[in-house]
Amino acid sequence: MTEFVYFYRGYELPASPEEMQTKTAKWMAWLKDLNDKGHVKSLGEPLQPVGKVIKGTKKQVIDGPYAEAKDVVGGYSIIVARDIEQAVEFSLECPIFEDGGSIEVRPIGQLELGDEY
Amino acid sequence: MNIEEHFFRHEFGRIVATLTRLFGVRNIALAEDVTQDAFCRAMETWKLRGLPKNPSAWLMTTAKNRALDILRRERTARVSELELTRFLESEWTLVPTVEEAFSAYAVKDSQLRMMFSCCHPRLSEEAQIALILHILCGFHVKEIAHAFVSSHAAIEKRITRAKKILAESTKLFDLADADFPSRLSSVLQALYLLFNEGYHGSSPETAVRMDLCQEAMLLMNLLIEQPALVTPQSYALAALMYLNAARLPTRLDGSGNLVSFFEQNRSLWNHHLIAEGQALLNLSASGTELTKYHIEAAIASTHTSAARSEDTDWKQIVSLYDMLMAIHPSPVIALNRAIAIAQLDGPERGLQEIRVIHDLHRLSSYPFYPATLGELELRRGNYPVAKTHFSTALSLARNPMERNFLQRRIDTCKES
Repeated sequence: MTEFVYFYRGYELPASPEEMQTKTAKWMAWLKDLNDKGHVKSLGEPLQPVGKVIKGTKKQVIDGPYAEAKDVVGGYSIIVARDIEQAVEFSLECPIFEDGGSIEVRPIGQLELGDEY
Repeated sequence: MNIEEHFFRHEFGRIVATLTRLFGVRNIALAEDVTQDAFCRAMETWKLRGLPKNPSAWLMTTAKNRALDILRRERTARVSELELTRFLESEWTLVPTVEEAFSAYAVKDSQLRMMFSCCHPRLSEEAQIALILHILCGFHVKEIAHAFVSSHAAIEKRITRAKKILAESTKLFDLADADFPSRLSSVLQALYLLFNEGYHGSSPETAVRMDLCQEAMLLMNLLIEQPALVTPQSYALAALMYLNAARLPTRLDGSGNLVSFFEQNRSLWNHHLIAEGQALLNLSASGTELTKYHIEAAIASTHTSAARSEDTDWKQIVSLYDMLMAIHPSPVIALNRAIAIAQLDGPERGLQEIRVIHDLHRLSSYPFYPATLGELELRRGNYPVAKTHFSTALSLARNPMERNFLQRRIDTCKES
């Protein structure tokens, strides 16, 4: 089994409290299902849309994340899957796609080496 | 763990009212923004991590911390109502004042003040109801537009204008104000209309918007829970709501079709609500003022106290309608009176009464006017005439439930 990170990107939040509730319940149900099947290593955390980016040899500090709204990471979870195909498959039921968002699935590196590292 | 039904919406209303009390009614837009922000944070966190142990406290704390930040930053800008400003100016009193505003009692008090503020005399009844639904019940503009079969733009305009008028006040309505009795009448009327909209619903999707009835009852409960504010007419309106709500589940059958009053399964009536309603009706019987709420509640009570449809005391109902017509005449009430007379003295008498209704033309787009004519003609055995009336009613029907109901009546005429 390999660990993967889901980066949740660029989805719109509903404006109506009732829709927020429906959406929250959908996400909770989706992650609970994955969790119940033992595929969640960490439920993860939301990320606030503000931050700083430090870059270059001059270590310039700028307000970030400065990506376009559709590319901003809004949160992440860590899941466990057989391979990337299965990790992709698990993501398909995520409610994020209803709101114009995307999921980036990235294997967490070096796991093949395990404890021998 | 599941989220309680309409939890977000209700908490939204509670928090907006509380923050408006702290920031001052002029800053109602700020109160809404802060609330929205707290909800976005809740959603982002809960959807990944699941619900916290006490979701309501989580939201309140998030909103409270945001409020403290803003009040500290804007202290010199005197964002608050005059009565609270001096407590918010010093760090010593700021935190306890904000804590106090978020206490259970103060939240209810703010909701009540907001409810009375929404019934501002410069606002039309439609605007008052839209504002109550938006600010206190957490309905989004499009949800209100949907419930009232109105366009998004029209409701948005109505709410924006209403908020502007609200924000012109220096503070939320003071419940100890000398204007309390007259403002209370407006509040009760708004809650009455809100409940009726749910009960008789003109919404195209469902005939019974249970949500609207429940919202009206929640707000009504806030009002009658306060011994200092409650009046006989408030009890009477609450009684009316409970007694009618008790019958709500039987207005639609298992397939969502409207059920004729006479065919409703009375064993499915909510007897807990009936008992509550009856107790409220008893509490309303004091003072000297007899309001339409008293009489309508008495009519509802007469219906709910009959075990079977044929046991109904129609004589009493007719005399209650006579009283109602005397203090609050309207063509719809006259029509209902005629139906009661038909029950008591037969369909011919009912039809006679309908013919002499004043302002009958005001019922011209009301599907239950031709439907009543059809029902009475059907009872007289005039099937072709009844069928014509039901067809007219069908052409006026406002939702699929009404259409199905009337189509079945037309079928009955054909079979007979």
